[in-house]
This record gives sequence, structure tokens and C-alpha cells, in this order.
Amino acid sequence: MSDTIRAELFKLRKRPTAWVLLATAVVLSQIFGYLIPYLSYRTGDAQTVGGNVPRGDVLASTLPDQLVINSIGGFPVFAGALALVLGALMFGGEYGWGTVKTLLTQRPGRISVLSGQLVALGAALFVGVAVLFALSAASSLGIALAENQAADWPTVTDLAAGFGAGWLVLAMWASLGAVLGVTLRSVALPIGLGVVWVLGIENLVSAMAGSVLTALRPLRDVLPGVNAGSLVGAVMPDRVIDPPPGVTSSVAEPRALLTLLCYLVVCAAVAAWTSHRRDVV
Amino acid sequence: MTAPRPAGTVADPVAQADTVVQVRGLTKRYNERITAVDGVSMSVRRGEIYGFLGPNGAGKTTTLRMLLGLVAPTGGTVSVLGRPPGDPAALARIGSLVEGPGFYPYLSGNDNLRVVARYAGVPASRIGEALLSVDLADRARDTFATYSLGMKQRLGVAAALLKDPELVILDEPTNGLDPAGMRDMRRLVRSLGASGRTVLLSSHLLGEVQQICDRVGVIDRGRMLAESTVDQLRGGTELIVAATPPDVARAQLESMHEVESVRPYDGALRVRADDRHTALINRTLVSAGVAVTELRRDERQLEDVFLAMTDHEPDRQEVDDV
Repeated sequence: MSDTIRAELFKLRKRPTAWVLLATAVVLSQIFGYLIPYLSYRTGDAQTVGGNVPRGDVLASTLPDQLVINSIGGFPVFAGALALVLGALMFGGEYGWGTVKTLLTQRPGRISVLSGQLVALGAALFVGVAVLFALSAASSLGIALAENQAADWPTVTDLAAGFGAGWLVLAMWASLGAVLGVTLRSVALPIGLGVVWVLGIENLVSAMAGSVLTALRPLRDVLPGVNAGSLVGAVMPDRVIDPPPGVTSSVAEPRALLTLLCYLVVCAAVAAWTSHRRDVV
Repeated sequence: MTAPRPAGTVADPVAQADTVVQVRGLTKRYNERITAVDGVSMSVRRGEIYGFLGPNGAGKTTTLRMLLGLVAPTGGTVSVLGRPPGDPAALARIGSLVEGPGFYPYLSGNDNLRVVARYAGVPASRIGEALLSVDLADRARDTFATYSLGMKQRLGVAAALLKDPELVILDEPTNGLDPAGMRDMRRLVRSLGASGRTVLLSSHLLGEVQQICDRVGVIDRGRMLAESTVDQLRGGTELIVAATPPDVARAQLESMHEVESVRPYDGALRVRADDRHTALINRTLVSAGVAVTELRRDERQLEDVFLAMTDHEPDRQEVDDV
């Protein structure tokens, strides 16, 4: 399977859209995690920013001890949607280009090919999460130095928990994109359905369950986005300002972790079953 | 398109050592209504170039996909290199190009072959040789999306040759090629056969099949119509006789026991008789006062035979050649 993984990583490395997605995640993370808060701090009045947030808290939210939340705070929604797109592109694209038959007529069996692709996707997400952490660390250190603030970093445990949770959230969304790509054998429809789900339906159900229709709470508590937001919320160190959209405490950490793992396993199993059983025409 | 993968699709235990592909009663049905392949039996021997002929929608590509394990048969048995279709051990020894090349448009030709080589477990050092064999080395660094149809097809053939395969399965390899490209492809296929590889070539270009194939199988509407050597399929030659007066000529010819049959053909007569009787036929006609203005041998072309076998009115739902 190592040959398959190497081939898939080579394809990803050479694929412009993969870099576009990573660049988008980096830009969003930097803009919303550092640029906007820092500009607000620099341009706000003496006491508060936006009328009610203490100016000191805004600066504190960009410092190194907030590295975890600034790195993975956008994962449940925005980066998650990007990961879903990556999964759909990686797996659905094979059908659009007719490369499935090329791969399946070489040597590895179908399950081996799919496993290699999934491992490569997971490895690519690992690299992506590492890049986001590294750039966030650089930005927070830069701000701390510029503002003569202490550079207190999160503990190794907090960093590891944040990194792991972030990777799992992205892997879960990417695996949903992958299974949609395999089952629908295309790119556009999985991306369309996935993004509507991530950005629309999840928020709608959560909002209704939290207000007008509390009977929806059991349903809400099994949604992938809600559990992703709950896991991210659970691994954040103490935060100084409100968390980003999608970060929540609706589901307890152990359950959120288990739910995401279940999504990951079920998606991989469905993709494997479909790939194994279906004719390649 | 979902189909169960029948447990019966296993290696034929009686497959002979010199038989590379052994197919018996191969059937593929879709949705119980459409039969794409209907009880096909065929055998491809080691070292031969086998032409798989059929009109569009006849079931050629579906059959080839089943040989490669891409499509699960509904019935029948298949053995490829002594293994079940799609078996990794067999795939490692098969190079294939089925229904057009499938490559990544954002990668160069060279990088596409790197991906294929890694999947196939062959060293990257084989890429240059494969590109040279299809005359694509000078465009290897260009992205696949910029290739012409013919170049894409040639890259597909290069990918099929990467594994230095024992069996090469080529589905319409000359699609998109210009006349020079078709000539080069014929040469390549011939050289593959000459180097001891077995080639299974699907085509509806009968001229190229007649030129390069040792044996052919003809499939139409999912059924195998014939399987034999090209010469056997074409049958014996006929004598074209133009003579005056024609009625006297015909009567003389029909009276000869060396002549098997006489029939009018485009103002002349088509005479079926052995080659060695040609001079006797001429002498007999001249002796009878018949003026012979034309006397020549006419070989049936594979195309004539093929069209005679497959010419029919559509009588069922045609299946796309998938």
C-alpha cells in the first residue's frame, strides 16, 4: 500500500486545487484570527473595540497562549467545508477523468487503492493542520513582540489535544466529501450537497433545536458539525473572547470524540463497500 | 450499474498453459433487461495478436472490462494468465488501454506515468522507454490537458507498456490517430507480438486488424459470431471472369467439374475454383470461342466478411459500448 500512498501524495502535491484550498484556509485563519483583531486593536478607541469588547482582550486573543483556538477555531465550519471539498475533489475527480480504471488495472486491489487514498488524504490534512498551527504561531509571536507582550505558549498537552482534535474534525469532513465523491461518482454534486449541509442545514437545525423546537436536540447532537464544534470547544484552553462560529458546547467531549470517530469509520466503510462492489464503467 | 460479484468468476481450472485468456459463457446483464454480453466464449493463445472485432455497441469494451476485473460478470468463467479477472498477480502482468486514456489533466505526461508506475510497482526508469516507444518523449513535460487526442491515446499505450507486460489489452488504440499515427501504432502492435507478448486488440478498423492479427473473434449484439484465423474467416479466393458472350461463358464454366460455383457479379462472373485450375478455365473458355477480357483472382477482404456477418436491422435495444 505504500506505493499507493506515495502516488496519491505525489498527485496531491502536484494538484493546484489542493494548494488553493490550503491557501484559502491559511488566509481565512490569518485574517479572522489575527489581522482583523489586531487592526481592531490598533484602530479602536481607548477602552473598547466595537463598543463592548475591552481593547486589552482583543489584543490578548491574538497572543501565543491563544494559539490553539486561533488555529482550529474555524475548523468546524469554514475549514471543514474546505476539507469536504478536498475529499470530494480527490475521490470524485477520479470518476470524471476516467482515472479509476487506470488505477484499478495496475496492480493493487480495490480496497488497497481506496485505503491508500484515504491514508494520503489523512496525511495531507495533517500537513495542512501543521501549516495552520505554524503560521498562527508565527503571527501570534509577531504581535507579541510588536506589542511588548509576554509570549506564553500553550502547554504541550493543550497543543497536542488541539492539533489532534483539529485533524479529526477535518478528517471527518474530508471523509464525508470522499464518500460522497465515491458514491455519486462526481465532484460538483458532492461539493454542492456538502457545502449546503455544512453551512446551511447544520446551522438551521442547531438554531431551531436551541430555540423554537427543542425536540430536535437529539438530532442536533448527532450532527457532524455540532460534534466537531463541541470537540473543538472542549479542547480550547481558557479563551479571552467569544469563540468563532460553529464552536459550541452542545455535546460533551467524550461523546463528540466518539461521534466523529464513528463518522470517520462509517464513511470509510461505505466508500470501501461501494468501491468493492460497483462496476467501473 | 451495481452488480454482485459472483463467486463463480474464478480461474478456469482447465486453462491450458499456452492459453493466456480463456473465457467460457461470459455474460453481462444490466438491470435484467439489457444484455450487453451474452454467453461469449473465446481463447487467446500465448504470443498471438488477437483481433476482437465488432460494431459499436457489440459488447467489446464490456468484455474487455470484465477481463480486467473492472466489471463483474453476471455469468460464465474467465481466466486471465491463469488467474481470476482483476487478481493483483495477473494485473501486474497485464498492460491495458480500455475505452480511451484516463489521466490527470493537471499532471504532465511524464508525471502521469510516474503515478501509474508507482501503482504498478515498476521503477520510474521504465517511463522514458515507454514514452520513446510511442514517440512522445519530446512532449513528456507538457501537461496532459494540452495534448491532442492522438497524443493522449499514445500516452495511454505508453502506460500500458510500463509494466513490460506479458499480455497487452488495447481497446481501439488507433482512435484519434492520424494516418501516420495509425501506421506507427500498427508497427508498435506488430513489434509487441514479435517480442513474444500476447496482444488482445479490439477494433472496428478492419484493415488494421487484417494486417496485423493472427486470429480474430467477431462479436455482435453481445454474441460471439466467429473465432478463427484471419485467412479462415476470409475464406478462399474467387476468380473474376469477364467474357463475351457471357451466357456461353457461364454455361461452359458450369459444365466444368473443377468449378464449384458461378454467379454473376457486376457485369462479370465470380467463379469459385481452386487456384491451380485458373489456366484450365481460361483454355476452356477460349476453346469454346469465348472472348476473355478479364481474368483475375479476387480475395475477400475481412471487411466484406465482417459486414456480411454483422449487417442487420436493429432488433433490440442497443447498448452503448461501455
